[in-house]
Amino acid sequence: MCRSMSCKMHKKRNRTKIILKIRDKMVKKNMQILEGSRAAAEAVVLCKPALTVAYPITPQTHIVEDIAKFIADGKLTAKHIEVESEFSAMSAAVGGSAAGSRVFTATSSQGLALMNEVLFAASGMRLPIVMQVVNRALSAPINIWNDWQDSISARDSGWLQLYCETAQEVVDTTIQAYKIAEDNNILLPIMVCMDGFFITHTLEPVELPEQKNVDKFLPKYKPTHVFLDPEKPMTQGPFAFPKPYMEMRKQLSDAVDNSDKMIKKVHDEYAKTFGRKYGNGLIDEYKNKDKKTAIITMGSLAGTVREAVDAKDDISLVRIRSYRPFPKKELRKALKNADTVIILEKNIALGTGAGALYDEVRSTFYDEDGKKKILGVVCGIGGSEVTVEDVKDIAEISKKKKNGDIWWLMK
Amino acid sequence: MKKDDLIAPGHRTCAGCGPAIATRMMLRATGKNVVLCHATGCMEVTTTQYPTTAWKVPWIHVLFENANSVASGVREALDAQGKEDVHVIAFGGDGGMADIGLRAMSGLFERGHNILVVIYDNEAYMNTGIQRSGSTPWQAATTTTPAGKVSKGKEQWKKDMIAIAVAHHVPYAATASIAFPFDLEKKIKKALSIKGPKFIQIHTPCPVGWYYSSEKTVEVAKLAVDSKMWALYEVENGVKKLTYKPKETPVADYMKLQKRFRHLSEEDIKEYQKRVDENFDKMFDGRQ
Repeated sequence: MCRSMSCKMHKKRNRTKIILKIRDKMVKKNMQILEGSRAAAEAVVLCKPALTVAYPITPQTHIVEDIAKFIADGKLTAKHIEVESEFSAMSAAVGGSAAGSRVFTATSSQGLALMNEVLFAASGMRLPIVMQVVNRALSAPINIWNDWQDSISARDSGWLQLYCETAQEVVDTTIQAYKIAEDNNILLPIMVCMDGFFITHTLEPVELPEQKNVDKFLPKYKPTHVFLDPEKPMTQGPFAFPKPYMEMRKQLSDAVDNSDKMIKKVHDEYAKTFGRKYGNGLIDEYKNKDKKTAIITMGSLAGTVREAVDAKDDISLVRIRSYRPFPKKELRKALKNADTVIILEKNIALGTGAGALYDEVRSTFYDEDGKKKILGVVCGIGGSEVTVEDVKDIAEISKKKKNGDIWWLMK
Repeated sequence: MKKDDLIAPGHRTCAGCGPAIATRMMLRATGKNVVLCHATGCMEVTTTQYPTTAWKVPWIHVLFENANSVASGVREALDAQGKEDVHVIAFGGDGGMADIGLRAMSGLFERGHNILVVIYDNEAYMNTGIQRSGSTPWQAATTTTPAGKVSKGKEQWKKDMIAIAVAHHVPYAATASIAFPFDLEKKIKKALSIKGPKFIQIHTPCPVGWYYSSEKTVEVAKLAVDSKMWALYEVENGVKKLTYKPKETPVADYMKLQKRFRHLSEEDIKEYQKRVDENFDKMFDGRQ
């Protein structure tokens, strides 16, 4: 007896049909099923850096292993340095970039913390380094799983920070990042952030752009502001007294603030060339029209929220893609009609009682304080689970909360 | 000062600065086809007050402890650009290179980059006000190892950087002194003629930190060598060779010029002489 789709045979046939359909679509779009790390490394190959620098740390390791393999196989022609620490990884990246080459490195957690001093030098010296940051919790206690404490703690370093939701977005954002960073009006380093394990160690269908199209989009790097050439000696990294120091810090601050336009511009240009976009490049809204309750989050957690939004009519998603620069203007516009804003974030700004995003979103709406109920939820710390059901529950609980309430999702 | 010196006059080092002499001599030996990667320190802060610079060669400073890793990146990037002929030098004081920067230097040596590493050794953190470093000699008084009623200055023997470099199998490692300019020049040139990681440690007296009169810098440097407080030698492919036979001047003659040793009694200096002799014999198997 076979009357419905619940019939075993039909179910199987139907599933095969769907798989074949997906496969056809994938073949047509040059898609592959790739581990996130592999996709991240493939994107690096497409960007053709002259120098890659690496030090292994879980869960970044697959990326640097893939890059080493690509170089060993001649798929990527780059000098490659296996340094003795992340401190030296960022230092060698700075050296390579200051010498006028396109450079790449990747890190995570403790590694990013160890780089901290060099991060500030890289942005202060206006070097357009691109680094993939695999987000992972910070010690102690030691924990290898995902949260955002590492890159959030580097938020004031003068690096632009773009957070990705999917492996596909990591590919697209890495390519965009070089174009943004190397623009003569920007000249800033960029972190392309992705959630450890959730993105790096899972398989996703990913479309890799064709090399010739990437070459057109991202031409060869020819810096005019830095080089180390005996024919034209330049002094880089001088000592500055208070007045010129403050002037240079102001210029850096202005450059970071004004980079939002370039992030959007490059994102739009990429969308036109490769057919993929992520909101407006700074924030990504989902079913956010006329909703009274909006959930703000970043990274792969947005995927979970998307499902909750699909299941629940009264909530929407506003994903922050560019955390640095912080998209104040865009958030104001996107949340104009929302009366409840819930911030879900995987970090804690110790001493403020909230995550780092919470205070920044709150200050964005300072002018209309009281009109909106702004709530903060610290969740997913050290790899703790956040499910679609959790998000739906949080939306329900929020109805009973009052403006300014912050709580931890403890399970 | 020669007209074509690659470090310009007018920088802000102290009168009688040993590192400034070492820098000038080093650049005379390298010629202009060189990139200098400089650690934070005396020679860095005194030469690049924005918007001025004393450097006529491409020069980069990033931080205190990473000159060696910056140099690694510069070297590989230049190679990628087809500029293998340009020399890369990682340059810094004993603090920046032998203490806080030691890990990065070890990494550079082990990876085998084609880079010359040069330390100007003024035997303490002079830029911050004469604090002890791993390279400060035994019983020297510094602001953090002051001599007092119950203290005779630094308690530990000077760190042996050449041995550390040689342990990484570098093809060439050598010491030098500003009092022996031809020896210094020869060693820099020899190092640059060898492919791979090279290491040279230059002894550079500091009138401010060692408390002697600023016109005596070269005299103090020469006495250090002749009294065996600083031996001039090189290690080429693991083979150690003295490049200058010291005159065996008593260490007391070297010490009496400097106030950093003035707290030592005759008895102390006798003991000091014994240890210096033993150390020298151990280093050169009794051959002199």
